[in-house]
Amino acid sequence: MLSISRTLEADVVIVGGGIGGPMAAIAASEAGAKRVLVLEKCHVRRSGSGATGNDHFSCYCPEVHGSDVEPVLNALMNSLVGQAKDVDLMRLHLLESFDIVKKWEEWGINMRPLGHWNFEGHALPGKPRAFLKFDGRKQKAVLAEQMKKHGVTVLNHHPVVELAKENGRVCGVLAIDATKTEPSFVLVKTPCVILSTGLTHRLYVNGSTPNYLFNTAHCPNNAGGQALGWRIGASMVNMEIPYTHAGTKYIQRAGKATWIGVYRYPDGRPLGPFVTKPDPEYGDVTSDIWNSAFIDVMQNGRGPAYLDCSENTPETLAYMRKAMFDEGLSALIAYMDDKGIDPAKHAVEFTRFEPILHGRGLDVDKDGLTSVPGLYAAGDMVGNAGCGLGLAAWMGWRAGRAAAASAALVPEAAGNLADHPVIRAKMELLSSFMERTEGASWQEANIALTQIMSDYANVGPYKVRSESLLNTGLTYLAQLREETKNNLKTSCSHTLMRAAEVLDLFDCAECIMRSALERKETRGSHKRSDFTFTNPLLAEKMLDITRKDDGTIVTSWRNTRV
Amino acid sequence: MPPIIDRNKCVGCGTCVDICNSNIFVFDRSVDTVPRVKFPDECWHCDSCVIDCPKGAVTLRIPLAYMLLHVDADTLKPREAK
Amino acid sequence: MLKFNDPISTDVLIVGGGIGGLCAAIASARAGASTLVAEKADTRRSGSGATGNDHFTCYYPKAHGENVDVILKELLNSLLGPWHDAKLSRRFLLESIHMVDRWHEWGINMKPFGDDYEFMGHAFPGRPRIFLKYDGHNQKQVLTRQAKKEGVKILNHHPVIDLVKADGEIAGALTLDVTGDVPSFTLIRAKKVILSTGTANRLYPAAGSPGWPFNTAFCPSCAGAAQAQAWRIGAKMVNMELPNRHAGPKFFARAGKSTWIGVYKYPDGKLLGPFVDKATRYVGDITCDVWNSAYTDVLLNGSGPAYIDCTKTGPEDLAFMKEGMISEGLTALVDYMERTGLDVSRHAVEFMQYEPHLIGRGLEIDIDGQTSVPGLYAAGDMVGNFRADIAGAAVYGWIAGGHAGTAASSCGFKDVEHSPWVEERAALYSSLFERDHGAAWKEANLALQQIMDSYAAAGPHRLRSATLLTAGLKYMADLRKNALSEIAVPDAHSLMRAIETLDLMDNGEIIMHAALERKETRGMHMRSDYTFTNPLLADKFLNVWQEDGRVCKQWRQRWN
Repeated sequence: MLSISRTLEADVVIVGGGIGGPMAAIAASEAGAKRVLVLEKCHVRRSGSGATGNDHFSCYCPEVHGSDVEPVLNALMNSLVGQAKDVDLMRLHLLESFDIVKKWEEWGINMRPLGHWNFEGHALPGKPRAFLKFDGRKQKAVLAEQMKKHGVTVLNHHPVVELAKENGRVCGVLAIDATKTEPSFVLVKTPCVILSTGLTHRLYVNGSTPNYLFNTAHCPNNAGGQALGWRIGASMVNMEIPYTHAGTKYIQRAGKATWIGVYRYPDGRPLGPFVTKPDPEYGDVTSDIWNSAFIDVMQNGRGPAYLDCSENTPETLAYMRKAMFDEGLSALIAYMDDKGIDPAKHAVEFTRFEPILHGRGLDVDKDGLTSVPGLYAAGDMVGNAGCGLGLAAWMGWRAGRAAAASAALVPEAAGNLADHPVIRAKMELLSSFMERTEGASWQEANIALTQIMSDYANVGPYKVRSESLLNTGLTYLAQLREETKNNLKTSCSHTLMRAAEVLDLFDCAECIMRSALERKETRGSHKRSDFTFTNPLLAEKMLDITRKDDGTIVTSWRNTRV
Repeated sequence: MPPIIDRNKCVGCGTCVDICNSNIFVFDRSVDTVPRVKFPDECWHCDSCVIDCPKGAVTLRIPLAYMLLHVDADTLKPREAK
Repeated sequence: MLKFNDPISTDVLIVGGGIGGLCAAIASARAGASTLVAEKADTRRSGSGATGNDHFTCYYPKAHGENVDVILKELLNSLLGPWHDAKLSRRFLLESIHMVDRWHEWGINMKPFGDDYEFMGHAFPGRPRIFLKYDGHNQKQVLTRQAKKEGVKILNHHPVIDLVKADGEIAGALTLDVTGDVPSFTLIRAKKVILSTGTANRLYPAAGSPGWPFNTAFCPSCAGAAQAQAWRIGAKMVNMELPNRHAGPKFFARAGKSTWIGVYKYPDGKLLGPFVDKATRYVGDITCDVWNSAYTDVLLNGSGPAYIDCTKTGPEDLAFMKEGMISEGLTALVDYMERTGLDVSRHAVEFMQYEPHLIGRGLEIDIDGQTSVPGLYAAGDMVGNFRADIAGAAVYGWIAGGHAGTAASSCGFKDVEHSPWVEERAALYSSLFERDHGAAWKEANLALQQIMDSYAAAGPHRLRSATLLTAGLKYMADLRKNALSEIAVPDAHSLMRAIETLDLMDNGEIIMHAALERKETRGMHMRSDYTFTNPLLADKFLNVWQEDGRVCKQWRQRWN
């Protein structure tokens, strides 16, 4: 077996050093936790979907929006992020997020690049705008520096691969030390874990470039972190409600609503009823709320659909270009410059991408607490709240404070983590991958998974799910999981990390298919051929799914919280 | 493929190796003075290595399959307007 | 510029040493012509017939009776139909049994069941059976040995990369020597050239496993070379816009299809397809031949997936089926099933419809196998107006070889060494090798697949339209420009693949040009802007070709 290179103890362990993770770490430290440890699979300065920037932060600013939060909340709930969310969490997020914004500004992130609180983009004309336009290029470096200032310990290149539970409460984590080519294990005893691993990609065949697993809109290294909570019994919610992103065809790493223009058919007619003249105030919200239109026009032959920015003023085009830098899209800009693609002259085709788990996953309360004591979650991996970066920052903050308070009350766990059966089994399985001399690559397993998901748990508008398809998918998934466990071969810490991700993805896939079986109705792009109607009785309900300690999987419906 | 390191400019500081979002570089100082792109297929094109390289030694090559599909915007003017 | 080896002269050059190529070569040599086969791999194991085949379309008067038209009708109703010029199909059928006799004489076992030819599989119950069941596991070695015996020269690892014309006629071809790591060119002077490069794969993302472009039912190294190269020198193409999709086991495309003897079922056990309720070695289940879109339908309507169930097939027929798989060349599949404990007497296997590929779409030939370019012939799966798979390749290879071999005696060689065309093409290919670093050929191939899948998709459930096809042509041109300025190849093998990719781009463009012109819906060519099937086009074929860089299109009457 691979060696255990280190055994550590911490009051609060944070899994993932993206946006939510650092915020949780700083908050925990401010709330008095002494030993705060961030385990990050890459490097906190450039990891996660916010690696090189972001340009919009969901928040409510009384001096801009007025004294009533409800209209802003309403706009948010009707946006791309509002579907299947607990209203109470979204409201609280809005109410508290401006404090986070001010904190970020104080720390050195440019939240007012135009000098005032500028809310633009991702909005319907005439509706309140909930997204603060900012310059996030330095966000990760600033958060990393703040963690350092607050005495947070960061272990970069330490992907977490398993959590352990004792007497019903989180008691530790297993990570791989991937700083060297030869992997080893690191064990951390802790009463509190905050998961903040981002959204999950690589579950479905890539929607624009089917051969490229890593051509994704968000960070492709975020793959299946929800499974860590799932395996120790945390309830997951909304896993069956598909989320799809949209953007420029064939280059997913290109933002979406940072573009300012009008969607058009090839004959020039506008696509979508919302925007007919480009305007930086709204962008074009079509890709946020009706991105299936991009699939429709391919299926009905009237497409493709283009984003036409050519009617913008030169000033607006310059503003858009700068926002792309703020959003972290410098690679795209360099590419466009190199190829002579100029938004003033060229219209760019858009498409809808493959389903991802974004705002689908762990069911949490207002402090990010999951159904497992001591386990918290924040950010895109949360299933009942979500609006990208702003929510991750806010929920990370709340979870960090709550975890610190909880850690202070819990006596030290007794057992030896290395002997914990779950941890032991995982170390043995991963070690077997390293010991094998011939075998399958992790890519094969990942690609096979995407094939199964795209055929048996696909999403609308033109693909259906059904009991027979989903059951078939579950059967094939079980076979693939078995084959993978028995055949996977890894050769270094990097590929071992990828292999562990694939195991996590299997769990997420199973969770999706089991939830989809239970949702016996059609809702959004969850389309059931055997239940073609949308059941109004389920409109205000959410579906939880939980893996119990004996391995059985149970589903239950709960009311959406208002 | 994707990141290309200019061996003449690289000083072997290892920043790109450290900060890469996808951990695609390896750098074995005992055999080389410049990092190697070991897992090019896993590049996300996030541009971190380009931005953070203190010597401007890294460029990204976007794979051919990642075309930014586009047409002349003039072709999209409604017919009556032409 | 890459090095040019000494040129070679031959009366007849055969491009591709698969089934059609080797049969053409033997016929040509027998007609007295010096004959050379240029093959990109090794003729002993190249092409879709590399490790075998088990069914040969054939008209055998002793079994079928004296009226060939009865069998012709079955052929046109089968998976091989219906885009045939019946005139060619009839000649093929009339000569087919003689080819079978020859193969048997050379050492391919055409009578594995006793003293006479047997016809089994791919058939409707109660209808005449047109597929002779044979054991082709050694077919390529036998044909290679026979070709050598007849004096044919074989140049393995020399893919032809361009054709050369002089004074309006074929004059030779440019090949790439890929025997070593560093590629070089060999120019071949020939009086007649016979193209036989097989199907065109890798045009669309693999439907079952999009991450694996080489997971194909037919040989993935066959990549539309003949269509592209002939297109570049002005030969007429036909039926390029009519998609063909193969079917077989899900995710495992190299697995045959109708070698299986079973019935197709829904998950609840209901039969899928009206044709067969008990499969025997004589009929198999014809559903996947004639109605393979059913497998796509059941996934899209949620009633699927569809399984082939062999559990009610008797033990003798199951043993027969396993033998058939080995004859067909599917030993890798048989081994895989044994290793993983997959037992067809207990397990049902999911089937699917694969991505479109070109088979029986491509070059237009006349009754003797000659294309619209004088002296240029074509035989096999890349012919557009006739299709009979392996049998078609063998028989029309034989016809074309005999004709070309005879005709070669009355003409001379033309100058190919001072051709500006050769110079231009060689410079272009060399530039890919001379580039230090850049894009891999595979990126371009995958980009091409993305474009084809989005803008020239095939039915069922996917549409083409003028706007989509026009966008696709624009993007293909952009891709070609990017590819030519960015691809860098490190070795001969990669250069070969890069050139295949450029050939595939031509194929993609031809398909899109033709699809734009076919302003109707027919089969899996589904137009959202022309949703009807036009009866006035039922007996017409669409030709497309290039003249002075301009794309020409013309409808013609089907030849009966």
